[in-house]
Amino acid sequence: MKILVTVKEVAEVDDEFGISGLDIDASDLEYNLNEWDDYAVEEAVQLSEERDGVEVVTVTIGPERSEETIRMALAKGADRALRVWDDTLEDAQYLDVSTKADIITTVAEAEEPDLVLTGVQAGDDSNGATGVAVAERLDYEWAAVVNALDLSDDVASVHRELEGGIEELTDVELPAVLTIQTGINEPRYASLRGIRQAQRKPLETSSLEEIGLDESVVETPVERTDMYEPESESDAVIWEGDAEETASELAQFLRDKGVVEG
Amino acid sequence: MTVLAVTEHRRGELRDVSFEIVTAGRELASELGTELELAVIGGDVDDFADRLNLDGVGTIYTVEEGEEFNHGVYTQAIEQLYAETEPTALLLPNTVNGLDYAPAVAGRLDLPLVTDVIGVEGEDPLEVTREQYGGKVETTYDIDADSYAITIRPAEWPAAEGAGEAAIEAFEADIDEDAIGATVTGFQEVSGGDVDISEADVLVSIGRGIEEEENIPLVEALADALGATLSSSRPIVDNGWLPKNRQVGQSGKVVTPDVYIAIGISGAVQHVAGMKGADTIVAINTDPNAPIYDIADYGIVDDLFDVVPELIEAFGGDVPDV
Ligand SMILES: Cc1cc2nc3c(=O)[nH]c(=O)nc-3n(C[C@H](O)[C@H](O)[C@H](O)COP(=O)(O)OP(=O)(O)OC[C@H]3O[C@@H](n4cnc5c(N)ncnc54)[C@H](O)[C@@H]3O)c2cc1C
Ligand SMILES: Nc1ncnc2c1ncn2[C@@H]1O[C@H](COP(=O)(O)O)[C@@H](O)[C@H]1O
Repeated sequence: MKILVTVKEVAEVDDEFGISGLDIDASDLEYNLNEWDDYAVEEAVQLSEERDGVEVVTVTIGPERSEETIRMALAKGADRALRVWDDTLEDAQYLDVSTKADIITTVAEAEEPDLVLTGVQAGDDSNGATGVAVAERLDYEWAAVVNALDLSDDVASVHRELEGGIEELTDVELPAVLTIQTGINEPRYASLRGIRQAQRKPLETSSLEEIGLDESVVETPVERTDMYEPESESDAVIWEGDAEETASELAQFLRDKGVVEG
Repeated sequence: MTVLAVTEHRRGELRDVSFEIVTAGRELASELGTELELAVIGGDVDDFADRLNLDGVGTIYTVEEGEEFNHGVYTQAIEQLYAETEPTALLLPNTVNGLDYAPAVAGRLDLPLVTDVIGVEGEDPLEVTREQYGGKVETTYDIDADSYAITIRPAEWPAAEGAGEAAIEAFEADIDEDAIGATVTGFQEVSGGDVDISEADVLVSIGRGIEEEENIPLVEALADALGATLSSSRPIVDNGWLPKNRQVGQSGKVVTPDVYIAIGISGAVQHVAGMKGADTIVAINTDPNAPIYDIADYGIVDDLFDVVPELIEAFGGDVPDV
């Protein structure tokens, strides 16, 4: 059985940041493995450890920098990695859901996985849409926001985490795409041995053309027109001073409010 | 040329977002100079349609098809309803079930999709607003297309009120059962556990800023000193540092204490969904731009590892060695 896991390198913003044009200044960003994808990788690796003959392949749309993140997924136990990038993608204003879904779908069509695991959302873009968009394009079944998975030969029995502490129990026919929610497992830390081994695992980079797509895949009627810091709706009173002073302000407030004694 | 909004229900109840999407839909319809139509799919559709017969709603299409949500049914029904009504804008809720069908519907209909939208403006092109980078920035997008799908963030628009005069029309969807390979077999509620955080008057709530499991005793000591109950954001529960019943938020508990002290919590929308009803919100966070400050009444922009020990001492507690 083959499991394809989508792995995104996400940008995290420093406390202090600037915006130039339509994005945050690159110098104020740090890059990491998307939290949700970390759980998806772990789920795939656990499945490969529990049964024989499971191959775990990762796919990433991202620049060379993202290889660090990809190596992390390999160090945690994925077998090999695919990365798609070229000048067309580099020059695009941003990559929207349909562009990314088209690319991931094309890769999946070549790999023919039994199961595709994505994260529920990317921590930076928060579209929450790529996994199900891929399922529809591949004509696979799917389930979104999965926080428990029990896999048999042709069915994935999953829990979908709904709002308010309620889970929906669903049987999904394979092949399927599942979007993985945090908390489904305990992602491991990469071991030193894993990190060493990851250096030797295959990481193949392809351009759009090499996977059989052309530039038109980045065309979208949705254009980003602005990015700005939201006008603070805050009317919070900020207590100033050192920790002792601010703590005593808060303590006084809690006493005045009568919610805390002492 | 209309706005078609899809409503949501679960276990016999319309969800709040169904009333919010009417408000959002009305706003969008007036921007576009067109009419708002609703779709109600599954469940007691006649009862739901009656309750959604609100001011500004043109037609309500009811699709009698199953009791509960099934993404295959929703996808097919919306596809067919779309073909029949040809709306300009397809408006869907950005809920957990919305995440399970909106991208599929947009794909089938070949519509551009923008998710988790918090604002709509203009006509041609439509400009939508959304958040990015964990709510630290807002971005606007122009959608330059004849038709499109957008999902709206729950609790962003107020619930619609006012009786309406909508036409209620039953829509016969032709559902191909063979094409549906996902079957809902039941529901399960996350078990109660030792404490009910929704009963607490004062909550000390801790987030990823606490960094390590070893540091949890520090906030436990604070909760003890204040006679408060300890709750948390999701990552703390995901990591297994606190039990599931301590989680505040969309997928955890909704709490309404007198005082909610958010420590090292950024204030993601799914967290805020669970605590914005607190009487007084106090935030302790090193990042002055953290979205939690948008809803906080009081704040301390400082390191929790400096402030929390001082607070414990101020209430005569013992500061644990962490
Ligand atoms: C479908 C879905 C459902 C979800 N449901 C929930 C839910 O029910 N509840 C929930 O909470 N989340 C939920 N989430 C997750 C949510 O999106 C956020 O990822 C999560 O709330 C972030 O938790 P946090 O604020 O603790 O962590 P972060 O966002 O990482 O924030 C940590 C904060 O700590 C601050 N900090 C760091 N160090 C210090 C220090 N030393 N002193 C003071 N401050 C410090 C940082 O500035 C930062 O603001 C859900 C997500 C999805 C997709
Ligand atoms: N550039 C990318 N490369 C690989 N996977 C991605 C990329 N963007 C999104 N994904 C996957 O799709 C999921 C949902 O992302 P999004 O729909 O953008 O919120 C992520 O958790 C990833 O698993």
